[in-house]
Amino acid sequence: MKKKTIEKVAFTSIGWLIGLIWILPLMGILMTAIRPYREVIDGWWKFDSFTPTISNFVNALTHPTASMLEGMVNSLIIAVPATVLPLLIAAIAGYGISRYKFPFRKTLVIAVVFTLALPQQMIAVPIFRLMSDFGLVDTYAALILVHTAWGIPWITFFMRNYFKTLPNDMEEAARIDGATDFQIFYRVVLPNAFPAMASASALQFTWVWSDFFLALILVYSPDKILATQRIPLMRGVYHVDWGLLSAASILVMVVPILIYIFLQRYYVRGMVGWSGK
Amino acid sequence: MLRKAKPYHFGIFILPALALMAVFVMYPTLRTVFLSFVAEDGSLTLSNYAEVLRSRDIFNPGGYEGDFPFGALIHNALWIAIHLPITTFLGLFLAVFLRNVKGGGIVKSFIFLGMVMPMIVGGIMIRFMFDGSVGVVNMALGFFGFPTQTWTAYPETALFSLIFGSVWLWAGFSMILYSAGLETIPNMYYEAARIDGASRIKMFLKITVPLLKPITVVVVTMTLLWELKIFDIVYVATMGGPGGTSNVLALQMYLYAFREWDPGKAAVVAVLITLFTLLAAIPLIRSAGDEAE
Repeated sequence: MKKKTIEKVAFTSIGWLIGLIWILPLMGILMTAIRPYREVIDGWWKFDSFTPTISNFVNALTHPTASMLEGMVNSLIIAVPATVLPLLIAAIAGYGISRYKFPFRKTLVIAVVFTLALPQQMIAVPIFRLMSDFGLVDTYAALILVHTAWGIPWITFFMRNYFKTLPNDMEEAARIDGATDFQIFYRVVLPNAFPAMASASALQFTWVWSDFFLALILVYSPDKILATQRIPLMRGVYHVDWGLLSAASILVMVVPILIYIFLQRYYVRGMVGWSGK
Repeated sequence: MLRKAKPYHFGIFILPALALMAVFVMYPTLRTVFLSFVAEDGSLTLSNYAEVLRSRDIFNPGGYEGDFPFGALIHNALWIAIHLPITTFLGLFLAVFLRNVKGGGIVKSFIFLGMVMPMIVGGIMIRFMFDGSVGVVNMALGFFGFPTQTWTAYPETALFSLIFGSVWLWAGFSMILYSAGLETIPNMYYEAARIDGASRIKMFLKITVPLLKPITVVVVTMTLLWELKIFDIVYVATMGGPGGTSNVLALQMYLYAFREWDPGKAAVVAVLITLFTLLAAIPLIRSAGDEAE
């Protein structure tokens, strides 16, 4: 019995030590962000003097050439529609596929995995040209459209898998009561689909917010560029102002991390479902 | 069980999704394939392929006097050779080990944070870890009396810094999937094995590992895709430098397309990455196809 207790204590200590080592770089970024640069220049782990300050955050938010405040607002303007639109379109498609016999079901499933494998580089040049032809380069419409199209396959697949687990007794009952297909979807199916919709939104929003490559090729005006695009601009070429860069990094990552913390249940479920079962 | 679809069902359910995918995913993909065969004067050619595959940016096995850069293709291959086994085994180990740890859930959340942050921030984190003055890697090395430097700034160590840094970012992915997989293994298997006097290691090898095989397929596939597509981290941490020593395929495609404005060469690199990712995704495509039957 005693051996077991010792073992348990040892396991727990090692586990916590691993966690501590793992979180160390994040602690570092945080410490560097909340302290003046002269204090951390020889290592943020030295605490001879410790003067917490928010000046790095203020400087990052109001940076003259790459204001993070403006960047985060821009990112939000993209991420909200680029989450809502594909979710609606893909939920409808996923429902259709789960309830009706369409001729090319297998093709669709294979297409989903195909887009999962597809690198964004594969669409980059034609998308840029297409958007130039539409006059949409350097507009948010371009980015929202591409994110929507890019998100649709996996969300469709994800929602279809979820709808397949829902019994359709209620839908049949509604149909007997004379509801149309669309009413059934809107009134009966959608309210029951909330958990799956929450999972898919959490992931899609995080991905759009975190996207860098598509934004890099489609949006370039200094006042329009997104939060992720401003990070490399803050890095500087010869000299890295770690205080500023740390604060900006925290601002960009705090949004996905908050989503993860508050929607942890849905997030992980989405992640596991998204990777295929 | 399924209802027969009428044409208008296709219209309302499928058409909007299909139209958007066709215009913004399928068309550009096919167009890129086409572009890879178009010469500067507009004629069809294979010269883009020849030029790219012969380019030192892509494939340079001799290196620069036997040292980095070896070309983006080889750099990606190195990334896979180092990163794939480490993250897969580390994730499995963490999932199994932290199960028996009080508060293991919180430790798992810490580890998973690397996955949650935008990869552009991930690149900054790597740069930060390996920095000469503020980095934790140097803190540890200095503690044991080793010399310290900014590891991402030297040709011999830039790529390795990125690769090992990206272990920190990605290990949470396999850990989370394996954790979910472990929950599905019935406890009675272990109890039966324990009654038969099986050791802990034997149980792990004979019960846990075989039953997690489907998860391993997903983990390996997704990790391969991630490694082949790696872009943000390199862009922000080193921009492929110094002197191309940490360059990767996705970044080289971007440089060809939007710095040198050479769509033909860029398309070739994009096609190459896609061929590799499709190859990596074969098990996933196959299982998804079976499932759709």
